[in-house]
Amino acid sequence: MAAHLKKRVYEEFTKVVQQQEEIATKKLRLTKPSKSAALHIDLCKATSPADALQYLLQFARKPVEAESVEGVVRILLEHYYKENDPSVRLKIASLLGLLSKTEGFSPDCIMDDAVNILQNEKSHQVLAQLLDTLLAIGTKLPENQAIQMRLVDVACKHLTDTSHGVRNKCLQLLGNLGSLEKSVTKDTEGLAARDVQKIVGDYFSDQDPRVRTAAIKAMLQLHERGLKLHQTIYNQACKLLSDDYEQVRSAAVQLIWVVSQLYPESIVPIPSSNEEIRLIDDAFGKICHMVSDGSWVVRVQAAKLLGSMEQVSSHFLEQTLDKKLMSDLRRKRTAHERAKELYSSGEFSSGRKWGDDAPKEEVDTGAVNLIESGACGAFVHGLEDEMYEVRIAAVEALCMLAQSSPSFAEKCLDFLVDMFNDEIEEVRLQSIHTMRKISNNITLREDQLDTVLAVLEDSSRDIREALHELLCCTNVSTKEGIHLALVELLKNLTKYPTDRDSIWKCLKFLGSRHPTLVLPLVPELLSTHPFFDTAEPDMDDPAYIAVLVLIFNAAKMCPTMPALFSDHTFRHYAYLRDSLSHLVPALRLPGRKLVSSTVYPNIVPHEDPSQQFLQQSLERVYSLQHLDPQGAQELLELTIRDLQRLGELQSELAGVADFSAAYLRCQLLLIKALQEKLWNVAAPLYLKQSDLASAAAKQIMEETYKMEFMYSGVENKQVVIIHHMRLQAKALQLIVTARTTRGVDPLFGMCEKFLQEVDFFQRCFIADLPHLQDSFVDKLLDLMPRLMTSKPAEVVKILQTTLRQSTLLHLPLPEQIDKASATIIEPAGESDNPLRFTSGLVVALDVDATLEHVQDPQSTVKVQVLYPDGQAQMIHPKPADFRNPGPGRHRLITQVYLSHTAWTEPCQVEVRLLLAYNSNARIPKSSWIEGGEVSPQVETSIEGTIPFSKPVKVYIMPKPARR
Amino acid sequence: MPEIRVTPLGAGQDVGRSCILVSIAGKNVMLDCGMHMGFNDDRRFPDFSYITQNGRLTDFLDCVIISHFHLDHCGALPYFSEMVGYDGPIYMTHPTQAICPILLEDYRKIAVDKKGEANFFTSQMIKDCMKKVVAVHLHQTVQVDDELEIKAYYAGHVLGAAMFQIKVGSESVVYTGDYNMTPDRHLGAAWIDKCRPNLLITESTYATTIRDSKRCRERDFLKKVHETVERGGKVLIPVFALGRAQELCILLETFWERMNLKVPIYFSTGLTEKANHYYKLFITWTNQKIRKTFVQRNMFEFKHIKAFDRAFADNPGPMVVFATPGMLHAGQSLQIFRKWAGNEKNMVIMPGYCVQGTVGHKILSGQRKLEMEGRQVLEVKMQVEYMSFSAHADAKGIMQLVGQAEPESVLLVHGEAKKMEFLKQKIEQEFRVNCYMPANGETVTLPTSPSIPVGISLGLLKQEMAQGLLPEAKKPRLLHGTLIMKDSNLRLVSSEQALKELGLAEHQLRFTCRVHLHDTRKEQETAMRVHSHLKSILKDHCVQHLPDGSVTVESILIQAAAHSEDPGTKVLLVSWTYQDEELGSYLTSLLKKGLPQAPS
Repeated sequence: MAAHLKKRVYEEFTKVVQQQEEIATKKLRLTKPSKSAALHIDLCKATSPADALQYLLQFARKPVEAESVEGVVRILLEHYYKENDPSVRLKIASLLGLLSKTEGFSPDCIMDDAVNILQNEKSHQVLAQLLDTLLAIGTKLPENQAIQMRLVDVACKHLTDTSHGVRNKCLQLLGNLGSLEKSVTKDTEGLAARDVQKIVGDYFSDQDPRVRTAAIKAMLQLHERGLKLHQTIYNQACKLLSDDYEQVRSAAVQLIWVVSQLYPESIVPIPSSNEEIRLIDDAFGKICHMVSDGSWVVRVQAAKLLGSMEQVSSHFLEQTLDKKLMSDLRRKRTAHERAKELYSSGEFSSGRKWGDDAPKEEVDTGAVNLIESGACGAFVHGLEDEMYEVRIAAVEALCMLAQSSPSFAEKCLDFLVDMFNDEIEEVRLQSIHTMRKISNNITLREDQLDTVLAVLEDSSRDIREALHELLCCTNVSTKEGIHLALVELLKNLTKYPTDRDSIWKCLKFLGSRHPTLVLPLVPELLSTHPFFDTAEPDMDDPAYIAVLVLIFNAAKMCPTMPALFSDHTFRHYAYLRDSLSHLVPALRLPGRKLVSSTVYPNIVPHEDPSQQFLQQSLERVYSLQHLDPQGAQELLELTIRDLQRLGELQSELAGVADFSAAYLRCQLLLIKALQEKLWNVAAPLYLKQSDLASAAAKQIMEETYKMEFMYSGVENKQVVIIHHMRLQAKALQLIVTARTTRGVDPLFGMCEKFLQEVDFFQRCFIADLPHLQDSFVDKLLDLMPRLMTSKPAEVVKILQTTLRQSTLLHLPLPEQIDKASATIIEPAGESDNPLRFTSGLVVALDVDATLEHVQDPQSTVKVQVLYPDGQAQMIHPKPADFRNPGPGRHRLITQVYLSHTAWTEPCQVEVRLLLAYNSNARIPKSSWIEGGEVSPQVETSIEGTIPFSKPVKVYIMPKPARR
Repeated sequence: MPEIRVTPLGAGQDVGRSCILVSIAGKNVMLDCGMHMGFNDDRRFPDFSYITQNGRLTDFLDCVIISHFHLDHCGALPYFSEMVGYDGPIYMTHPTQAICPILLEDYRKIAVDKKGEANFFTSQMIKDCMKKVVAVHLHQTVQVDDELEIKAYYAGHVLGAAMFQIKVGSESVVYTGDYNMTPDRHLGAAWIDKCRPNLLITESTYATTIRDSKRCRERDFLKKVHETVERGGKVLIPVFALGRAQELCILLETFWERMNLKVPIYFSTGLTEKANHYYKLFITWTNQKIRKTFVQRNMFEFKHIKAFDRAFADNPGPMVVFATPGMLHAGQSLQIFRKWAGNEKNMVIMPGYCVQGTVGHKILSGQRKLEMEGRQVLEVKMQVEYMSFSAHADAKGIMQLVGQAEPESVLLVHGEAKKMEFLKQKIEQEFRVNCYMPANGETVTLPTSPSIPVGISLGLLKQEMAQGLLPEAKKPRLLHGTLIMKDSNLRLVSSEQALKELGLAEHQLRFTCRVHLHDTRKEQETAMRVHSHLKSILKDHCVQHLPDGSVTVESILIQAAAHSEDPGTKVLLVSWTYQDEELGSYLTSLLKKGLPQAPS
């Protein structure tokens, strides 16, 4: 090979025209892959570099199979040798890199060539590209030590190149391939292992900022690959922090962070003094300093990294929130400190005078350090930054640090609360979420609570809901605080009635967290009077319900509370307990033995019996085959009823119960359909009755689709069973059609299709077939050879018998299964005022819905609008319209555009949510698409849809346009 | 010795009437041309006779730069250009150019129409003056002439405020004007790149203050306003028409938007409407939030803030009113104040500093009974609040900017002397650079060492490269060549090329020297001994013994001859060209020490 190559190299110098012929003779070798041959011919045809480039570009658009890669590579290399134009060589080099990434192709065979051409290359750009190719080869062969060594060697050789691009690539290569252990055993080819770290480190002071960046990146890469960086790098990196270029600084911040995580406890001296501090503290100070860097990219980077430096000493950490205020050289207290003082002195007047913040003590001028090397005020700066990206990063960092340090959490509270007033909603939202995450560590002071609650009036629903979530898990210190919260929440309720559910839920938690604080408020809240009976409040008033929710939840933990209730309160309790059982807990009420016996025993073992019951009833069904059909039907009906009721009672088992019930229903339908009399009678006579059977088949199909796509947590085991059921339904359909249609011609097609389905089933679930012993498909597959050759009538006959003989398959239950559900909150469908708009124009309808347990709602959930004339319209909401407030929950807030021609009367349109599915999506894609650079386009064609929300009626009225 | 000279005509250890003269590499630049608020006589304008006694200013000044539209930075401009006489270019940013004449006109009206001053500049003069203005964009490098160039950086502070870099060759000065390092609701933070100027002239209004986070202030302000309107009170906010007024408007507007409030907000009309118009236009000069959202809605298109009418003050129910002037000393704000002062539900919020003697100052210092004209006594029952919304950098901000720009020295202006002292000390201590704080009229001279670019011929460079190792990035190297100065540009070429260019013939210059040696042997032998001696010492050099009896070391020739009088001494003739001066003189000194005694 090498000799051959050498010959090639020499030939290049002589540049002989007759080479063309020599190439031509080579065609013989390349008979197998047509692709490479085509490329070869194309390239030979090319008269100018531009032409050749065009061919190469065209070629690159199509993927190459793993088997033909080598041939293609050979051809490309050959052309590389003769090519004079650097741009073409560049393209070839990049193609080589791409090809060597192909799955199933081992690139070590082109390694020699690549290194060889590298040595003779003059163009810097091509060199850089070749190094990139080598990198691709090297990463493809991570186990081959020798090759790695060789590549590192090559990279080291080219490190002195004058072009920054080449040096860049070399460093990248070193970072990705440099050997990790310094003293690798004396190597295979005698190449001494190099100290990659030192080589890369030398380029920290390169004259080109891009190379410096690449060097730092390479170092980070080495770290990521598991090389332990030396501590000496720390000092080098610190110098880079004052680099002129932002990308260098940004990378240097990362490197410092990495080193600080590696050697947190080692001691470094403070320059210009004799003191020494821990490295992590020093690094923390330095990164804090970068939070006020000139470039926002660096600021974001620094702020982000601060969050993950948890080992830092607490006094350093607390400095970040401290920005020693002064005015005219006198120490001044921050507004936060003043607020705290006001609070602790018990004074709450807002009579602030001019000069209330007048500075107090003199500051020692010598001691004031205006540019602290330390962490002083880093977060204060970060949170005030101009760019919201920095602010968000700072809030996130604050969150992470606060989670690990309760004392810091307490301190940063004031700052977080301040962020609730940020001008950008995203930042506000983020800080509210942050607050929620650290809420275990903190207790809100009253003045802080005040600020928090002020945000409840925000017009953005997201903000309000986030805040409700926050209040759910906040600790409040005083009863005034609770009262304040309640008042503000009620204010919120009157201002935004749509927040009702969220507010009730919030009060539920608020009550159950602070029973003792609620207790003294009860008489006031219920407006009871010791002597007089007060008027009974309106039971349907959402505000009153909100108060009751708070009180009842508090009462659960506080047995003395019910004594304070008046009679109607107990009545209301009973009503609410029934109507809003998720918000109102079971109470032990004095004098009424309503639920007292069930409250406690319920808590511990209460899941087991129902679980058991579920299991037992399913077991019973699976032993079905021994019963006569009549008994089986009855048993199935009974079990389905049981399961449905169980699902209603036990919300945690609802998914499983519904899922099993659906399966049993399918089975029931199948049995019923097979019981039909029509099978016994001559075909032509029973055209009508066949309706039932075909309807059953259709319904089974629907049910199976629901089972497959409406439940989250369905595993492959279940999918097989579901598909199997569907196959049976299809068989049923075929039989019914065969019975009811005259003539054989349409049957041919149907049989064919059915057999294809069977084949498809077999291919998809080949691994699961052994579990399907004795089933319909098992038998069918046995008979497959016969079926293939039979006539349709015969096929139908066989199918019919197999279908009858097939048994009910055991449906294994997955661990966690949940049914997807959706509720449309808005439009509420209660309005009597029609939505008027001019016909031909559009009107936007706000749709707000909550989705539960929907996987990937962005692509599956659709909105359907049904007009009274039967016209249906499907709307695909934008991905941005979906929010994810919690695991398994989604929220769709979107606008639907309605339009219609003029009507004479207002009429109702139906709006509902659909779940789109595509059963082919589960099948793995054939492999050849994945090779090559063209990423397979995800084609989400919709096969069908399942409605999964209750339809809501909207009253609309398109008016004729006025002329 | 090249130097930069800086003379503040105003704002030296003082606030107001900013005007700083800078001479840099023979160019004279005037930075800002402001008026002083504290004076009504000649002292309100800078003393331009300092620049030149007789003769036109245009001849002396190369350009004038205005940093922003506040009157203490541009108030004297029409006087300077039209009445004293200056026809050269005046540079300012686009927003400054747009808003500046409005303020000047307002200033003129108050001075002439209200106070009845004569000999003040006229409206026409303002217009004429503005015709001389050249507007610049941010980060645009403007060539004032062949050598002088200026560049504007964003400064925050007010709309259109800019810092300017003045550069001649490699020498540069940065003038900050007024700037703000913390972003606010409508402006971003000041930013400068690492331009490493020779001198940074920075304002130092808050030299001894480190401010609290702006969020507390904002929150406090909003809470106060919100609470008052919620309980049905009226809020009066006396403001100056431009700058902070817009900041507070945005603050309230967004709050109203967020909280869905319906209480009316009014803004007393006047020049503000015109100015607001410009705020709407110059969106690029505002902060990230406004820039990003203006496509949907321009933040300065206030939805909730409407124009105020005199009659509205008597309307029942809550409202918020912004009224001018800011210190409650006259005008609409005072009228409204008198109407509302009696009700304890109402509130007045002073967003800025108040000069002594004004109603604003009185109520802030806690006075509850005010004597108005006509012996009326006004009892103030309304709540009085003070909030500081200032847009200057604090001490930390100043240090931050110095750190960003990395200047060689710093000069402080626009601040009080006592406070500057502290900051000066801090800057010298932290950055180890010189810091100056001249008073008005005092000149600071800074020697500079400008780097002079010299072109080098590629041939010479390659020749040098071939000789030695690769050049190391940061180490100086010695290089032989000829420096040619021609038409004020410098080139370094090889001597041969220089000769060729100048059309001169090459002259050989040889030094000869005789060295007497005691040696009784023959010349031949002496030569042999010299050869072996030199060979043993000069190991790196090529020492040869030629057949004619002479010795060469590189190109140096040594011949031995017998002394004509004393046969016991030999005369060594050493001859070398001037290129080998170093080696030649070394050899002579070596030979003068005599030859070592031959082992006999």
